Amino acid sequence: MTPLATLPILLPLLGAAVSIGFGSSRIVQRVISVVILGSTSTVSALLLSRVDRDGEVVVQVGGWSAPVGITLVADRLAAIMLLVATLMLLAVLLFAIGQPGAETHHTGFHPVYLILASGIALAFLTGDLFNLFVAFEVTLMASYVLITLGGRPDQVRTGMTYVVISLLASNLFLLALAFVYAATGTVNLADLSSRIAALPDGLRSGLAVLLIVVFGVKAAIFPLFFWLPDSYPTAPTPVTAVFAGLLTKVGVYAIIRSQTLLFPPDTQPGNLLLVVAGLTMVVGVFGAITQNDIKRILSFHIVSQIGYMIMGLGLFSVAGLAGAVFYIIHHIVVKTTLFLVAGLVEHRAGTGQLARLSGLARFEPTLALLFLIPALSLAGIPPFSGFVAKLALISAGISAGQYAIVAVSLVVSLLTLFSMIKIWSNAFWGSIDAGDAPLERSASRRSRALMTGPTVALVGLSVAIVIWAGPLYALSERTAQDLMDTRLYVDSVLGP
Amino acid sequence: MTVLLVVAAGVLWACGSYLILGRQLSRIVIGIGLLGHGVNLLIVLAGGEGGTPAFVGGDPEQFTDPLPQAFALTAIVITFGVIAFLLALAYRSWLVTSDDEVEDDVEDRRIARAAEAVAEIGAES
Repeated sequence: MTPLATLPILLPLLGAAVSIGFGSSRIVQRVISVVILGSTSTVSALLLSRVDRDGEVVVQVGGWSAPVGITLVADRLAAIMLLVATLMLLAVLLFAIGQPGAETHHTGFHPVYLILASGIALAFLTGDLFNLFVAFEVTLMASYVLITLGGRPDQVRTGMTYVVISLLASNLFLLALAFVYAATGTVNLADLSSRIAALPDGLRSGLAVLLIVVFGVKAAIFPLFFWLPDSYPTAPTPVTAVFAGLLTKVGVYAIIRSQTLLFPPDTQPGNLLLVVAGLTMVVGVFGAITQNDIKRILSFHIVSQIGYMIMGLGLFSVAGLAGAVFYIIHHIVVKTTLFLVAGLVEHRAGTGQLARLSGLARFEPTLALLFLIPALSLAGIPPFSGFVAKLALISAGISAGQYAIVAVSLVVSLLTLFSMIKIWSNAFWGSIDAGDAPLERSASRRSRALMTGPTVALVGLSVAIVIWAGPLYALSERTAQDLMDTRLYVDSVLGP
Repeated sequence: MTVLLVVAAGVLWACGSYLILGRQLSRIVIGIGLLGHGVNLLIVLAGGEGGTPAFVGGDPEQFTDPLPQAFALTAIVITFGVIAFLLALAYRSWLVTSDDEVEDDVEDRRIARAAEAVAEIGAES
C-alpha cells in the first residue's frame, strides 16, 4: 500500500503545478485546490485508520532500502498530525475563497497554498533528518510568499523579520546536520536512534540542545518566540489562521520526534524542557494580556499554548506524551477557529483594535457564539476540548511529581481566561454608540456563507473532540506508547 | 587542509554573524549568504577525508563519501532561491519606504510608550 504514505505529499505538488497553468481562471484554480485538499484529507484519514490497525506504514522511496535511501514513515503521531493538518488546510481554503482579498487578487495564492500543504505533509511523514530540512524549506518558502502577499509596507516590514529569522534557523539546522553526520555518518532517523546512543554524553547533549534550538525557533518556544507575534497578525486572515494552527506545530512535532526517538529520557539534559515549557507559558500569556488587538492577543496565546505541549513532552511519560498529543489536536482546531473568527470580526467591524470595537454581540449573536466556544475551550473551561486536554496534562504532571509546572500551568490557564474575557467584554459586550456603528454588510451572501461555514464546521469539530474524548484519548495514549518505545519505529524502518 | 577549512568556515560564520546584526536588509542578505557558505564547507568536511571521485569507476572503498556533497548541493540551491526572494523583498521595501531598514515591532513600541506614559502620570499625581 505504498500510495497511502506518498499521496499526501505528491497530490498537492501536482495540484500546484496544474494550478499555475490555470492562472487566468480563478474558478478552475479553486476547483483544483478544493478537490486536491479534499482527496488529501481522505487519504490521510485512510492512512490513520490503517496505521492504527496494522502499525507503521514505511515507504522506501525509489526502492533504495534504509538507511541508504530516503524513507517515509507514517506512524500514529505522523498520521494524526497529517489528518488534522489537511482538514484545517481545507477549511481555511474555503474561508479564503469566501473572503474578498488575498485569494481573489493574486494568481499565486492557490499554487503556493498547495505547496505549503505538500511541505507540511512531507515534514510529518519523513523518516530522515535531511529530508526534514528540505520539508521545512518547502514550507517556509511558501510561507514567505503567503505572509508578504499584497506587499503592503507593514507586511514587508514584518516579512523581513520573519524571513531573516527563519533563514538563520535553517542555517543552524544545516549546521546541526553537519555535526550529526560527522559524528554518526547517517541522517536516517531510525539509524540515528541507535548510533546517537553510542556517542559520548557531552556530544549527545550538545546535539540535543542544538536540535531543540533549531526546532524551537519554528515552534516559537521561549526565548525564541519574539518573531511570531510581530509577523503573524499582518498577513491576510486565512494565511494567519493556517500559520497559527499548523506551522508552529510542525516545529513542535519535530521536537517531539527528535527528542523521543534520538535522545532517550535518561540522557536528557535535566529538566531543561520543563523549565522552557513553564517560561514559554508565562511569557506568552503576559504578552497577550498587554496587547490591544485581537489578532495580536491570539498570536501571543500561540506562544503560551506551545508551552503546554512542551510540558507534556518534558514529563517523558506515556501519560504526559498522550496529553501533549491530545493537546496538539485540540489546539490546532481551536487556534485556527479563533483566528478565523478574528477575521470575521475584522471583516464585519472593519478593525481588530479592541478600543474601537463594542457591542458586537448585539447585532452579530452568531459571531459571538462562534468566538465564545473556542475562547472558553482555549482557557480550559469544562466541558470544552481544552479542559480535557489540560486535565490530561495536569494529571500526568501530578503523577510524575512535577508540581511546580502543574502550578504554573494552572495559573497560566486563569490568565488565558482573563485575556479572553478582555476580548469578550471589549468587542462583544458594551453599548453601540453612534461613533462605532457597524459597517454595512459589504460582502455578498455567498461570500458570507463561505466564510462562516468553515468556521462553524471547525467549532463543531472542537465540540466533537469533547464528545469523542474517550476514543481520542485512547488513540493519543497508543501514540504515546509508540513514542516511548522506539524499537517499534526502528524495526519498522530497518527491519528487525 | 581540514583545519584550514574549519578555520575558513569559522571566519565565514564570524563575518556573517556580524553582518546580520546590522539594520540594512542588503547587509543581512550578504551575511546570510556567508553563513550559508560556512555551513556548506562544514557539511562537505563532515564527509571525512577525500578520496577518488564516486561512481566513475575504481575501487568503491576509495570513494569520497558522496552524501555530504548531495546535502551541500541541495543546501546551495535552497539558499539561492531564498536569497533571490530576500533581494526582491529588499527592493519592495525600498519602493514603499525608500529604505531597506529592518524595523522594530511598531505595535509593541506603541504599547510600551503607552505604559510609560501611564507610569509618568502616576508619578506626577
